[in-house]
Formats: sequence, structure tokens, C-alpha cells
Amino acid sequence: MWAYFLGRLAIAVPTLFIVTIIVFGLQHLLPGDPALALLGEDRSPEAYEEVRRQYNLDKPVPVQYALWLGNALTGDLGASLRTKKPVTELILEKLPVTIQLALMSMTIALLIGIPTGILSAVKKDSLWDYAANVLGLSGQSVPTFWLGIMLILLFSVRWGLLPASGYVSPFESPLENLQAMIMPAFVLGAALAAVMMRHTRGAMLSVLRSDYVRTARAKGLNERRVVLRHALRNALIPIITLGALQLGQLLSGAVLTEQVFTIPGFGKLIVDAVFNRDYAVVQGVVLVTATAYIGLNLMADMAYFLVNPRLRG
Amino acid sequence: MTADVALGTGPAAPAAPASPSRARRIWRRLWRRKGAVVGAVLVLFFVAVAVLAPWISPYDPAKADWLQVRKAPSAAHWLGTDEIGRDLLARMIWGARASLLAGVVSVSIALLVGVPVGLLSGYCRGWIDHVLQRITDALLACPFLILAIALAAFLGPSLTNAMIAIGVSTVPVFVRLTRGQVMAVTVEDYVEAARAVGNPHYRIALRHVLPNVVPPLLVQSTLSIAAAILAEASLSFLGLGQQPPAPSWGSMLNTAKNFLAQAPWMAFWPGIAICLAVLGFNLFGDGLRDALDPKES
Repeated sequence: MWAYFLGRLAIAVPTLFIVTIIVFGLQHLLPGDPALALLGEDRSPEAYEEVRRQYNLDKPVPVQYALWLGNALTGDLGASLRTKKPVTELILEKLPVTIQLALMSMTIALLIGIPTGILSAVKKDSLWDYAANVLGLSGQSVPTFWLGIMLILLFSVRWGLLPASGYVSPFESPLENLQAMIMPAFVLGAALAAVMMRHTRGAMLSVLRSDYVRTARAKGLNERRVVLRHALRNALIPIITLGALQLGQLLSGAVLTEQVFTIPGFGKLIVDAVFNRDYAVVQGVVLVTATAYIGLNLMADMAYFLVNPRLRG
Repeated sequence: MTADVALGTGPAAPAAPASPSRARRIWRRLWRRKGAVVGAVLVLFFVAVAVLAPWISPYDPAKADWLQVRKAPSAAHWLGTDEIGRDLLARMIWGARASLLAGVVSVSIALLVGVPVGLLSGYCRGWIDHVLQRITDALLACPFLILAIALAAFLGPSLTNAMIAIGVSTVPVFVRLTRGQVMAVTVEDYVEAARAVGNPHYRIALRHVLPNVVPPLLVQSTLSIAAAILAEASLSFLGLGQQPPAPSWGSMLNTAKNFLAQAPWMAFWPGIAICLAVLGFNLFGDGLRDALDPKES
């Protein structure tokens, strides 16, 4: 097991190293002198020199990178140009909100995606299967931000049942938190449910055709037991891995959902930073997201290893 | 947008040299699939709308009419008007251009960069493959939309930069796919034979390997256009794509969300257009993948 883990880690570490080069390189995409772009409103020569010193722009690029990487490794991702707060602090402030949104979305996706996928596979080529496939494909084609707008239109503007925007901490009021988060979580979870449904259906179809399922049926077990106890247990293996990988993608989807519902999370942080030309925050968010994604990938690999007896053997 | 859309669902069609009879078989299999036919009709519809926009648009998409502000759909304005009285149908028709252009251009960028890199990586193997794959891993580790937002932010907001950002974010998908297919093809007997008769490497790679990795690339391109249309709409929705007053479905939705109570139709139509265009490319891509898969015959 350790050899497998170390092998995966040996790939993850250089990948992360290249991610840091990409993130650092982003600031060099700024047209013209990066110091001028980073300057903000105060454009005096003193401020210009200060920015060059602060961002080490007066040093050669490899030295700039080494210094930036050294700081990043100690958790120092620089300071926001706008609020002057450390980027790490800003990210840590916003991250719990997005994690709550991602976990709620994942729960909704699993609750919708897996049962519909199982039913679709068990009742292959039926009207149910056809409807589930159409819904699955539609779920992947509907933009999350549009689905969010349509739900706001119905549940907030027309029926006044749920708040259209805003966020309340669960520690302040769990009920208000749930009311504020249920719609965004459903919007984010719907697209993922479609992916889960298609993968569950595919995995179940493949398992239901296998010999051991045929044997279970031949032994006279009832169909419910065959599907839920024998087939689903094996079909779930790739779905667990997919779920872990999709958590990383949820961070991406959260950008749009948080923008539609004005939720002060990680996604809104990057969009606000883009419009405030707060490049250190943009770099910080990309770095943290990519690191989280690599970490989740590693965890998914481990989960796959642990639940798959063929790999362990 | 999900990873599945962004990365496609991994076209599994094995490469085999195309012949006229095989092409006919694929064509027949494609047309037998209802989903693929519906997808093709949708795609052709949007292409026709985008191409014919100057002739079929009922109004100038950028012309404000202060007497027609936020009017509901009527005989004069079939889909209604927006917050400054512009005709929504005209803006939808011209918006199709931005969306399709973004889809095609960004996937072309991804193909132009991703295929040669994937070919090099899969054909040469060794340290070149190792280095290129770690770079690909790193790009894949940055979620598609976050990377596109970051690139669009640093390059500046515009449709051109959004297309570059989406294209660059899609490159790793094509690198991975091309590399995998090339590695599968290079062990085939006919490639060995080409090597045995003394063909130079560039000739083997370009004449014998590349043509055989085209079918899965075609499938992935179709699915990636769907993802790129969705990504362009997302970037425009965030204000990082097409800039006003030029029309785009995403930016129309961004404006519409501020007038949900007064003019809900402003939010309805652009979303429907995005869904149908993305669905069209996804259905056609899925059908194409099945038609190219010999196991389906």
C-alpha cells in the first residue's frame, strides 16, 4: 500500500511544482510593465518603486519565482492590493462557505444521481431509462447560472419562498443558513447529479452483465437483493472515485453559483479580485484550488486502492 | 460546468484506417441514432442563424429604443425588449455568432497546440513524454473555469481573450487524448512495417500515426465545442467575455438577473439558446462516438 501511495505522491509533487510555475507565470501575462498594472491608484514614482520592491520585480525572474515559492510554502501568498489583508487570511475566511456549499451539493448529487442511475440501468430501454437519459444529458447542458436565475425567478420572485441572495452563518441561524443555501446547493448539485447518473448507469450495466451476478440470480436470490447487495457494491467503486474528483470541480462551479446568489465564498472572492485587478488574490485562489484538486486526486487514488481488492492483491 | 463536459467522456473509438466503405458504415450508424440526428439538426440550425444573422435579424442588435424599454414579447418584438429597448430576438441571433465563434476558435487553438504536443509525447516517450505529461497534469489540476477566469483576468476582458483562455484550458484534454491514441497506434503492425522499411520518424508520425487518431479527436472536438460554448457564456456572464454593447448570450443573462421581477423574459431566452446549442453538440458528439465504435456495429 505504501509503495502505491509513494508512487502516486511521486507524480503529485512535480505536478504541484509545475502548478506553482504556471500560477507565478500568470502575472507575466499582464500587458506591459507588471509593476504599473499592480500599482493601483497611487501612481507616484515612490509607489512604483515600492511595488517593484514588494513584488521583487527589481530582481531576475528565477529569483522572483524562488522568493515567491519560498513565501507560498510558508503560507504567505502576498497581500491583497485592495484590502491590504494577507491573501491566505482572505482565502481562509471564505473557504468554509464554499466547502459547505460543495458538501451540500455533493449530497444532493449523490441522492439524485445514484438512485436514478440504478433504476435507469435496471430498467434499461424502458420509458424511465429514456427519461433519465434525457434528464442526464440536459443536466449537463443547462448552464448552472441560468438554472440559478430560473429558480430565483420561481422560488424567490414569484412565490417568495426562499431568499434570492445572501448568506447567514450556520452558527448564527441554522434554519436561515439552510434557506439561503438550499437553492445554490441544488443548482450546483444538479449538474453533478447528471454526471453521477450517467456513470452509475454505465457501471451498473457493466456489473449486471457479469458472471457473478448471473450466478446470484441462478441461485434464486430476489432481484432487489441481487441489485442492491451484489451489483451495487462493485458498481460503487468507480463512483466513489468520481465523487472525490468531482469535489475539486465543484470549486469551479461554485464561482458561478456564488455570483448568482451573492454568496461570500471562495468563488466570489476570485471574481471580485478579477474586477478589482487584485492579482495576488487571483493567483492565491488558483494555487489553492489546484493544490486542493491534486490532494483530492491523491485521496481518490487511495480510496480506489482501498476499496478495490484486485489492486490490493 | 462539470468535469465530464469539460473533459468530454473519453471517446473510446479505437483508431482504424478509414476506407470509403467504413465511412459509409459510420455514416449509416450515425443517422440511425435519433439523438445524433436531433443534435445535428440543432447544430445546423445555430450555424445557419449565426451565418445568416445580417439578413434575418429584425433589428439592429445594439440600437436602443427608449420608448420600448422592457416590453414583453409582442408582434413587433417576438421575444420582447431589454432594459434599454433593444430587440431581444436580434440580440439572440447575433449572440449565436459570439457563442459559435468562441466554440470553434477555442477548440481550434486547443487542437493546434494539443495534438502536436500529444503526438510528440506519445511517439517519442522517454523524458520528453515524462516532462510533457507533468505539465499536462499541472494544467488539468487547475479546474477549467478557474484557469479560464484567471487567464481572462490577466489578459484583460474581451471575447478574443476569452477564446484564448478557453482554448489554453482545453489544451491538456487534447494532449492526453492524442498521446493515448498515439501510444495505442504505434504498436500496430503497419507502423512497425513502416519503421522496418526505413521511413523517417516524422513521416511515420504524420503519415501513418496521425491519420489514425483523427476519429476520437473528432468526437472530442464536438464535445469540447459544447464545453467551450458553456465556458464562453460563463465568462461573458461574469463580465470577462464579450463586452457591451456587442451581444452575447452570457452577458444578456448577466444583465437580465437585475430585472427578474420586471422583465423575466430577458432571462429566459438566452438560457434556452445556450442549453439547446450545448445539447446539440453533446448529442451529436455522443452519437458520433457510438457510430465510430466498432463494438456498436
